[in-house]
Amino acid sequence: MNTSTPHIEVMRSQLGRARGLGAGQSGTAHWWAERASAASLLPLSTWFVVQMFRLGGADHAEVARWGAKPCNATMLAAVIITTFYHAQVGLQVIVDDYVHGKAHLPTRLAVKIVTSLLGLLGVFAVIKLVAGGSSGK
Amino acid sequence: MVELRLPRNSTVGTGKTFPAPAGAKNVKSFKIYRWSPDDGKNPVIDTYELDLDTFGPMVLDAIIHIKNEVDPTLTFRRSCREGICGSCAMNIDGENTLACLKPIKDIKGDVRIYPLPHMPIVKDLVSNLDGAYAQLRSVQPWMQADSAPPPDGERRQSIEERAKLDGMWECILCFCCTTSCPSYWWNGDKYLGPAVLLAAYRWIADSRDEHTGNRLDALEDTFKLYACRTIMNCTQTCPKGLNPAKAIGRIKELQLERKL
Repeated sequence: MNTSTPHIEVMRSQLGRARGLGAGQSGTAHWWAERASAASLLPLSTWFVVQMFRLGGADHAEVARWGAKPCNATMLAAVIITTFYHAQVGLQVIVDDYVHGKAHLPTRLAVKIVTSLLGLLGVFAVIKLVAGGSSGK
Repeated sequence: MVELRLPRNSTVGTGKTFPAPAGAKNVKSFKIYRWSPDDGKNPVIDTYELDLDTFGPMVLDAIIHIKNEVDPTLTFRRSCREGICGSCAMNIDGENTLACLKPIKDIKGDVRIYPLPHMPIVKDLVSNLDGAYAQLRSVQPWMQADSAPPPDGERRQSIEERAKLDGMWECILCFCCTTSCPSYWWNGDKYLGPAVLLAAYRWIADSRDEHTGNRLDALEDTFKLYACRTIMNCTQTCPKGLNPAKAIGRIKELQLERKL
């Protein structure tokens, strides 16, 4: 074998490469979701932090009673859903930036699954708080 | 996957030192990236000690002096020497700029000169911009209108319409911005980069162009447009003082406007 002749793997034209697969007709929704969820998290997390300070030193029963109130439970669920949704769209950007090649698709899938499950876990915890509020200690 | 270090054959070594001529009073060191495709060796940094009293005030004057008087093998692009052709774009003192517009006296200590970052190197300070030029071509940076122009003259614009193109027509396509963009380093095969997006917006904003929707369609993509993370290196580095980040922001606003 003649090893002195370099093997050229890609001979596709630069324009062909630049055009690639064309525009995917998505991106605006994701970009908007990042910003909308970030803006929503400003009041939501402020509420959450204020409430945590107010509950400082409260015992378990008191916190459970607080969380079982419809308004508080709704706000808690909103904080949890928005946080994990924001984490999902934000982590996708990081994966797009740093993970290339074959690992890209599975990593994006893993981000979706893990953030969804964590968010779901939080929401069910709130549901449990509401359902068990009257009977719990 | 994630690349944390340079490939082995890109590690930069130390090269030759060219001492200042005897009797030189105003000496400054220029440390310049050297790489040749012909010798199979890793890139090195050569040091040139120059007498600043023997040539003009700009970095381009210094490297032209090197090529003429010290080391004719130094390879770089230059043409107009007044910041209008974009040929001498390179990384000087850690920032992408035009060598012809960069005063040597603005640089403290040694003058470090590298090619534009993260592009394939042709030789020394000459980077290969074929991919970026093809990306520019892919956004069709020319006027597209289906209405016939007036038979007796040019297509007219109001003063207000024309004013929208200010800050964009001045771009000389030196690609200082594109090659300063980390997002372009990470995904330069798919992300169009600030220079090309500025050119795309220049035509989106042009009142005479009738293909605005098609142009926005062609950019509606997770990478082509939205790989912009508003890092803003582009705006900071632009040797012409333009604001590609603002143009990209305007494209995103228009994308949103037609969806909401």
